[in-house]
Amino acid sequence: MNPWPFVIAAYSVTILATAGLVLWSYASMRRSEAAAAAFKRP
Amino acid sequence: MHALANPARFLRIARPLTSWLLLVGLVLAAAGMAAGLLLTPPDYLQGETVRILYIHVPAAWLGMAGWLCIAGASISQLVWRHPLAAVAGRAVAPAGATFALVCLVTGSIWGRPTWGTWWEWDGRLTSMLVLFFLYLGYIALGSAERERGGEGRITALYGLAGAVNLPIIHYSVLWWRTLHQGQSISLTGSTIDKSLLWPLPVTMFGFTALFCAAVLMRMRAELADAKVEARMRRLGS
Repeated sequence: MNPWPFVIAAYSVTILATAGLVLWSYASMRRSEAAAAAFKRP
Repeated sequence: MHALANPARFLRIARPLTSWLLLVGLVLAAAGMAAGLLLTPPDYLQGETVRILYIHVPAAWLGMAGWLCIAGASISQLVWRHPLAAVAGRAVAPAGATFALVCLVTGSIWGRPTWGTWWEWDGRLTSMLVLFFLYLGYIALGSAERERGGEGRITALYGLAGAVNLPIIHYSVLWWRTLHQGQSISLTGSTIDKSLLWPLPVTMFGFTALFCAAVLMRMRAELADAKVEARMRRLGS
């Protein structure tokens, strides 16, 4: 059995999940902080 | 920890720390994964599939460490009523759930060429799956309680109760000697050869830094949302 498709699949899952988590958290933070800043402005 | 009870003081520290953690995490995770894929030799028994170790172990560690943080935040909320504890618990849960899921999926992918099966109802695998479902329950309960305007005490109690699963996961390979291998890395040493082991701490630190950055970003988002909600309430009254 060729092991490389399994290795590549495992690394792809990890990279996609981690990138998804970081990007989702970043987008939430930017959106919420922008809303809070806009509310503060007169 | 009580020094960070003031959200403004917490944000003063969290803002620069988020960027640093992101940068360090990206560099270390990428370097560790590249080293694990390209620089280490194949294992004499498992061959090339041993490279999954460098992502599977950090994911397992962060899945468990996430719930340890939730348990700590729960104690902090129930005992000291720390104002940021509930926020921290809710911010940790999605990150912990993500890494628990990554641990389950990469373990399953590793299991197929090594054990000849994608899944087995083994003690370690089952207790890890339970941890993932506990995270989903915590996320649902936390958001429901927050929408109702609760203090998050029920969620904190759930977080404490769920911590019972952590020693079960840790000792499962000793209590039920089934398919999953025994502990090969401990505080006193490792049974893995150094030529294979060295990229593991690099990916461990890298993914941990990314985990912490994601948690800080979610905490900052929650605090900003709370600020908007408070102002809306003030305007409405």
